[in-house]
Amino acid sequence: MQKLLEVIDLKTYFYAGDKIIKAVDGASFEVRRGETFGIVGESGCGKSQTCRSVLKLIRNPGKITGGRILYEGRDVVPLSNRQMRKIRGKEISAIFQEPMTSLNPIMKIRDQIYEGFKGKNMTGEQKEERAVELLRMVGIPSPKQRLNDYPHQFSGGMRQRIMIAIALGSNPKLLIADEPTTALDVTIQNQIMVLINDLKDKMGMSVILVTHDLGVIAQMCERVAVMYAGKIVEMTDTVTLFAKPRHPYTYGLMRSLPAGGGNAEKLYTIEGTIPNLAELPAGCAFAPRCQFAAEKCRRQEPKPEEAEKGHWVSCHCLNRTCGLKGLIPVLK
Amino acid sequence: MRQFNYIFKRMIQMIPVLFVISLIAFFIIRLVPGDPARLMLGEKATNDAVAAIRLKYGLDRPLPIQYLKFMRGVLHFDFGNSLKFQVPVWNLIVSRLPVTLALTFLSTAISLLISIPVGYYSGTHKGGFFDRLSNIWNLTAIAMPTFWIGLMLLIFFGIVLKILPVGGIGGGFWGHLKSFILPAFTQSLMTSALLTRNIRNAVVDIISQDFVDFARSKGISEGEIKNKHILKNAMISTVTLLSMRMAYMLGGSIIIESIFALPGIGKLTIDAIFARDYTVVQAVVFIFAIVVMVINLITDVLYSILDPRVKY
Repeated sequence: MQKLLEVIDLKTYFYAGDKIIKAVDGASFEVRRGETFGIVGESGCGKSQTCRSVLKLIRNPGKITGGRILYEGRDVVPLSNRQMRKIRGKEISAIFQEPMTSLNPIMKIRDQIYEGFKGKNMTGEQKEERAVELLRMVGIPSPKQRLNDYPHQFSGGMRQRIMIAIALGSNPKLLIADEPTTALDVTIQNQIMVLINDLKDKMGMSVILVTHDLGVIAQMCERVAVMYAGKIVEMTDTVTLFAKPRHPYTYGLMRSLPAGGGNAEKLYTIEGTIPNLAELPAGCAFAPRCQFAAEKCRRQEPKPEEAEKGHWVSCHCLNRTCGLKGLIPVLK
Repeated sequence: MRQFNYIFKRMIQMIPVLFVISLIAFFIIRLVPGDPARLMLGEKATNDAVAAIRLKYGLDRPLPIQYLKFMRGVLHFDFGNSLKFQVPVWNLIVSRLPVTLALTFLSTAISLLISIPVGYYSGTHKGGFFDRLSNIWNLTAIAMPTFWIGLMLLIFFGIVLKILPVGGIGGGFWGHLKSFILPAFTQSLMTSALLTRNIRNAVVDIISQDFVDFARSKGISEGEIKNKHILKNAMISTVTLLSMRMAYMLGGSIIIESIFALPGIGKLTIDAIFARDYTVVQAVVFIFAIVVMVINLITDVLYSILDPRVKY
């Protein structure tokens, strides 16, 4: 499959006084045409900032300080804000985590949808037709009447659907979905995921799906990157990841999932917390929490290596498969 | 339709408020020691002459009767004659009102012209050099007394540089404008400082909201982000503050008009108070109250237009 997006050694740092917070520190991955690529990790691991970097929507005092982001072979990192505007919304769209705060509260839905049509020669009628079509596509009942409503007149799930409608307004080739269901009820979560999946197939676009929910990854994604402390620690296709996780962090994440079936066993947790991104320990960032950490892990930072074809892992004990014997694939 | 109902309801609610205000306006000036008849005739007037004047203007009658007479006039839009000038109060007010209104609106315009760009820039460059400078200036402008700034500006531009008139309203459009610059600027200082702070804080809050990033992710221009998404949201709280300031500036016109010798309502009021010109004072207080209430009503209507989440 052809590459649509290739991120090479991306570094996005935040400068707070004399401290440097390495939100994304050397992430490399690719998104192929028509696939859903998942990024999974805990809060604060840099997955959202990775997505924002692709659209160059990093807030001050953050900056992309290194690496390349190739969209259809063209590096977007050096592009000016004006040049980025031709890509944002047209080629790459995004939906955010909080449907409650991601729509302008004092602007009609109509106008917020129309904003996505900027730069296209459309008459008022064409715009309305297209807006109604988009709202119908994402399942908003009586779309024509609701165009004149304001965001507060919709529920959270409906607002997320509207955000999706806006994002898809000009047929982007890549949709970045940054935890699109985290703020929603469980029942609505699945509806939104199914909707994103259907629209992806219908429009033939690629999706980057950011989540902290491995269940969502299993349901939606072809390939997955696991992020920890600003770095991608493991990346492979979804089936392999669940069947044969190689990084101890991935393994830990999977063991912390409830097994289901009324098993009253105490839930596994990964000891400790994620490290301070401004003061990362020497060596492997996960070493302080890793039950397999050796002396070398605390000294030297592991580089990503291809353990098997298409299965990248950043771990010194990569070929030991980390003593993950006895691990039952939790999902799939 | 709902809006008209609301406005109508609010106007009905104004009636009892106006009644209370008429009581206050009537009695408060009469509580001030001093006799208008005595002031009119001077210290050497005989008691008989003073009594004659009191009789002539009905000042000898019991207060409740005088009040009823005042109220009967109000209901007919007739505030009686000025005790001092012997002309209808209504004529005095109508001839002075344009000056005060011009001063207030010019001050408001200057405040907005300064506070919107400065507040926006400070907010988007929070913690920067300009932001800090603007914060220091705002605090200074809020802390300095208006009459002092007014006098200093007057001395500097009017007497030292001699580029602006020291008082009066001048002649012709440019003459008027030139003589309004200093008073309007003085009047606007505190308001623009307060508005700038408000807009700056609102902008700081709004630019970190998701909807601004989402709007940006649609690929629209920074100008549209600024106007439609950031400033429009920032103006919601600013409108409330501005209406309060406008009411305050109407009151402040007493000081400004005295300093710059502008023949407006403020000057009329202060002169009337010194002369114990009861009819003028009670009429001015009453009319100011109406104007303030109307400004409040307009603000509330405007607020619901700006923010669709607000329901009547």
